[in-house]
Amino acid sequence: MGTFVLTDALIQTTTAVADWVLVLPLILALLGAAAALMLRKTANLCFLLAMLVVVAIIACEITLLLRVFESGPLSMTMGKWLPPFGISFVADLFGAGFALAASVVTLVVLVYAEGERGQGVDDNFHAMVLLLLAGVTGSFLTGDLFNLYVWFEVMLIASFGLMVLGGRPLQLDGAVKYGFLNFLATAFFLLALGLLYGLLGTLNMADILRGAPLANPAAIATIAGILLLAFGMKAAAFPLNAWLPASYHTPPAAISALLAGLLTKVGAYALLRSLVVVLPASRDLLEPVLVAIAAATLLIAPLGAIAETNLRRAIGFLVIGGIGSVLAGVAVPSLEGVSGAGLYVFHAMLTMTALYLVAGLIERATGATDTRHMGGLYAASAPLSILFLVLILATAGVPPFLGFWPKLLLLQASLGQGGWSGGLLAGALLINAVLTLIAGSRLWAHVFWRPAPGGATVLPMARGAVWTGFGATAALAALIVAAGLWPNGLFEILAVGAPDMIDPARYVEAVGLAGVAP
Amino acid sequence: MDYVLAALVGCFIAAGIYLLLSRSVIRMLLGLVVFGNGVNLLIFTAGRLTRAAAPIVPAGLNQPDGPVANPLPQALILTAIVIGFAVFSFLLVLAFRAYQTLDADNTDTMRVAEPVDEPNPPLSY
Repeated sequence: MGTFVLTDALIQTTTAVADWVLVLPLILALLGAAAALMLRKTANLCFLLAMLVVVAIIACEITLLLRVFESGPLSMTMGKWLPPFGISFVADLFGAGFALAASVVTLVVLVYAEGERGQGVDDNFHAMVLLLLAGVTGSFLTGDLFNLYVWFEVMLIASFGLMVLGGRPLQLDGAVKYGFLNFLATAFFLLALGLLYGLLGTLNMADILRGAPLANPAAIATIAGILLLAFGMKAAAFPLNAWLPASYHTPPAAISALLAGLLTKVGAYALLRSLVVVLPASRDLLEPVLVAIAAATLLIAPLGAIAETNLRRAIGFLVIGGIGSVLAGVAVPSLEGVSGAGLYVFHAMLTMTALYLVAGLIERATGATDTRHMGGLYAASAPLSILFLVLILATAGVPPFLGFWPKLLLLQASLGQGGWSGGLLAGALLINAVLTLIAGSRLWAHVFWRPAPGGATVLPMARGAVWTGFGATAALAALIVAAGLWPNGLFEILAVGAPDMIDPARYVEAVGLAGVAP
Repeated sequence: MDYVLAALVGCFIAAGIYLLLSRSVIRMLLGLVVFGNGVNLLIFTAGRLTRAAAPIVPAGLNQPDGPVANPLPQALILTAIVIGFAVFSFLLVLAFRAYQTLDADNTDTMRVAEPVDEPNPPLSY
């Protein structure tokens, strides 16, 4: 052993200014949240600040995405320590793409919320939204599992705050269930991290990739099982899904749209990242479990939506069904499977948010939350009914909308897999599409098509509020339709991004750990 | 010593999960605390247990003189304790507010968000 030279463990070069685009979204979101907290007494200024910050974040993330697309994954390590000692941030195409989708969704929700919220309310809404965005973006861009835990907690505390904003009894009830289950999920995640650190002595994802094949496979598979439990709870996969329909319908529509669009998708992404990329050998051992969970989630969630009469609770079940599709991709990690799962996360972020936003508009127009008290809305607002129908079709995966492409990829993957597991998943995916269509069209028929039941009224709304809310939702729906009609760009990104998930050699190289002996 | 602590972690996690299975919100809160502390103790054990010795490399040596514990898991627990405490405090206040507002500290009676009297599917059409 040579003499101990401290500088060998330190980064000697300064990070290129262009590389800062990787952490800039996080810095902007955190600083923006702090500034919004200070400006909370001036609601209008707060809104402008939040919009400005999110637009800047989107600009950074587009730059990041293009850069990663052209020259491979980008990494940056904090605190001057070389990886695996310093905390690494790594952007590959999946992470950067999801981060971009998250900030686009946040922008839409911010505009929508301006119409929904009363004037001059100083309730820290904007600060918490930016904090939530910071947590979500951090989860997508981090290359270190403990850092992922920290971003989970940032996201968690921001979502707690948003959940109880306004403090209606309904929200407190939902927040208790949401809070306990999600805190428990992060505790399980931490438990897995403790075991993993004890086994491998590292929590850097690229370093785990190198160390895990040398460790005891049974021990690593146990850890992967605990991770599956923790992230499955976060993502609301069956049988850990009960918290979602119990809580997501309780806050105001804009907030539930934001939570539905971002939170469960982060759980699904964490599953994809940890099982498919970081611990592939353990994923192979867990495959029968994953197939069973995916099929059960796909089949049971839309049945819940069919049985439900509360509009936003029914949509909550559709969100869970989407998680089943992502899990199907995790269970069949071929090129098509991983591409399908990634594209589905992207699609679900946009579509589920838009569905909740439309539900909010419907609730404002009818003054009810239960479909039994709704009806005849078609006569009052035909555009709203078209919007809802488009989103339902996109959720079910009917062409030409965005939801069709990931479903197609996942079906191809399951059929390509063959055997009982492939057949089960393919059947579950198809039945899920049909059941989702039934659930969605039932909701549509009840809310829009049938004559208004006794006592159901269509409330007049303030014009400005309608236009910001409707405009924001329509813009998001237009994005979903456009991405479905011209999916070539997305497929080009997948063609580069999905191979990096299956064989993360470029990822490890970007972190700077390739070739170094473990 | 490691075995003793490993057994203790097992007891903490088991007790935490048992308490979390309760319907009473206060017991669930206690369960979360016990569970969280079990996890912290686990990370602590993962970092090697030695008598008090600072993990500092003396000048001129390649490694610390004598056995020391890994300081990194201790830094991890510190982070986890702070975060866990903050989230727990929030849940404590939330449980109290829920008790005041909903008059319920039992999850069976906390049914505002999920009403019990909803009709079964065919009737709800």
